[in-house]
Amino acid sequence: MAPCRVTSLGDTAFNIDYGDAPDAGSRIAALNTAARAAHQRGELAGLVELVPTFRSLQILYDPLTTSRAEIEAALLALEAQTARTPPPPSRVWRLPVCYHETFAPDLAALAAATGLSPDAVIARHSAADYVVRMLGFLPGFAYLTGLDPALRLPRRSDPRPRVPAGSVAIADTMAAIYPSDSPGGWHLLGRCPLPLFDPAWSPPALLAAGDRVRFEPIDPDRFAALAATRPRLEPDLGR
Amino acid sequence: MSPALDILRPGPRTSLQDLGRVGLRAMGIPVAGAMDRIGLRLANALVGNPPGEGCLELTLSGPLVQVEADSVRIAVAGPARLTLTQADGARRMLAPDRSWRLVRGDRLEIGPINGSLVAYLAVEGGFAIAPVLGSLSTHLGAGLGPLGGRALETGMLPLRRNDAGPGPERILTRPLPYGDGPIRLVPGPQADAFTEDSLATLLSSPYTVGARSDRMGMRLEGPTLHHRAGADIASDGIVAGSIQVPGDGGPILLLADHQTTGGYAKIATAISADLPRLGRAVPGDRLVFRAVTIAEAEAARRAQEQAVQDCLDSLASIEESGRIDLAALYRAELISGVVTGDEEPVAPPEAETI
Repeated sequence: MAPCRVTSLGDTAFNIDYGDAPDAGSRIAALNTAARAAHQRGELAGLVELVPTFRSLQILYDPLTTSRAEIEAALLALEAQTARTPPPPSRVWRLPVCYHETFAPDLAALAAATGLSPDAVIARHSAADYVVRMLGFLPGFAYLTGLDPALRLPRRSDPRPRVPAGSVAIADTMAAIYPSDSPGGWHLLGRCPLPLFDPAWSPPALLAAGDRVRFEPIDPDRFAALAATRPRLEPDLGR
Repeated sequence: MSPALDILRPGPRTSLQDLGRVGLRAMGIPVAGAMDRIGLRLANALVGNPPGEGCLELTLSGPLVQVEADSVRIAVAGPARLTLTQADGARRMLAPDRSWRLVRGDRLEIGPINGSLVAYLAVEGGFAIAPVLGSLSTHLGAGLGPLGGRALETGMLPLRRNDAGPGPERILTRPLPYGDGPIRLVPGPQADAFTEDSLATLLSSPYTVGARSDRMGMRLEGPTLHHRAGADIASDGIVAGSIQVPGDGGPILLLADHQTTGGYAKIATAISADLPRLGRAVPGDRLVFRAVTIAEAEAARRAQEQAVQDCLDSLASIEESGRIDLAALYRAELISGVVTGDEEPVAPPEAETI
């Protein structure tokens, strides 16, 4: 198992960083879960937030309540424990996606660039088992790994000033769904009719780091029906 | 009609802020909140509010408001020019960094802020605005927060109270501990992504606050910094104070509205004790940086917090009896000697006439 290292963000945060370790995602998820549980038990005084990212877990603390030395030692002790225990089960989300051309402005270009037919692009995109590695960029924006390597393409050279909410997109090794209207440079190949983020929800984001995601193709009629009611999706409890 | 401030003119970049939307970064939700947390706390303390009550953050200049309540106690923390026009047309200058009781029909014009980018307007009892995700902070970029996530606009801004409580008025009697000298940095988290002399350059060259700065980040104009192998990293977490360097080599010091994560290498982080001062910095200001250890940064923050607390604990109460000469009071340091803290309710304050 690769060692982790600690990097500093001033006097309010540090990262426990796993670099390129192949098991970085599962170790970050395990440490995140363990640290949240410890905090809920009243341990880790001064902990403010935990932010999982691709290679590291960011730990934010209040320097008026604790010190870096103290909270770093506590987190590294937890890290040593979690490295020896199996990861917790993850939630699995089945997100409906309509790949119809009205929602897929880049599908034809993606097909041309990858040498696949549009249907083959859709088949590969919806066959993969994705993992949420982190949220960032926008409220509720989840970065998903697990994209079929045949679909790997750099970001668009000309980012769009406005990508519509719900757009299902890929770039490089990642997949994502834009939770809100936003500028964006990813390739758009479908749209999800359901909301992923709502300030009125608790928690406000549907997805969380460590969750798994599958995309389920739907036709435009089903898209219209779901878009009209916008039910809040529930996850399966996977393993 | 329910009590309100009627916003006749919103000011250039006025927004509702508090101490930020904490605890939701893992969902990609930025913290936002006051650029100068010390100033926000002072404004609230002057009107007897809890430290994190929502205030109007005023940038460069402020709004023109009319009181649509029987009375309201207000305070502006920060070097802003305040002009009161009463219903009968009489005009007076009001001092900042103290509280004032205004009455229905009074108009308060908050003019230029000199010596700080931001100032804070607090009202006793707070604004009657529902928090969004537990906070009254506004993130303009994400459109997240009260008032539709937008800057202040003209119209009624509702107040919780229709009447100011009994006084006394409060005044700041000693300068807040913003500090001076170099801005202190802790190298990292990706200092090793830069050439060896880049950190030395950052620590030895003056930088100027760029004109294209905003609540999200401050552009540092000065010598460019160089990456060893490109600016891009796997996105990781950011804090206010992070200095990220995109491919053009121009450092950006991230502020209150920073995104939760980012994909540019970060060479260093400004310490938390220097964030209020950075939040007040105006385009054109010159900044010099110095490296410190984390232990030194923590000690600086603790010392600052103690000093802020001492300032807030020593707010003096003043009983209005005709004109006051703030400058003279400061010079003579008489303020703390003339109060008992339990005076009778006071009449509407008066000050120098223009």
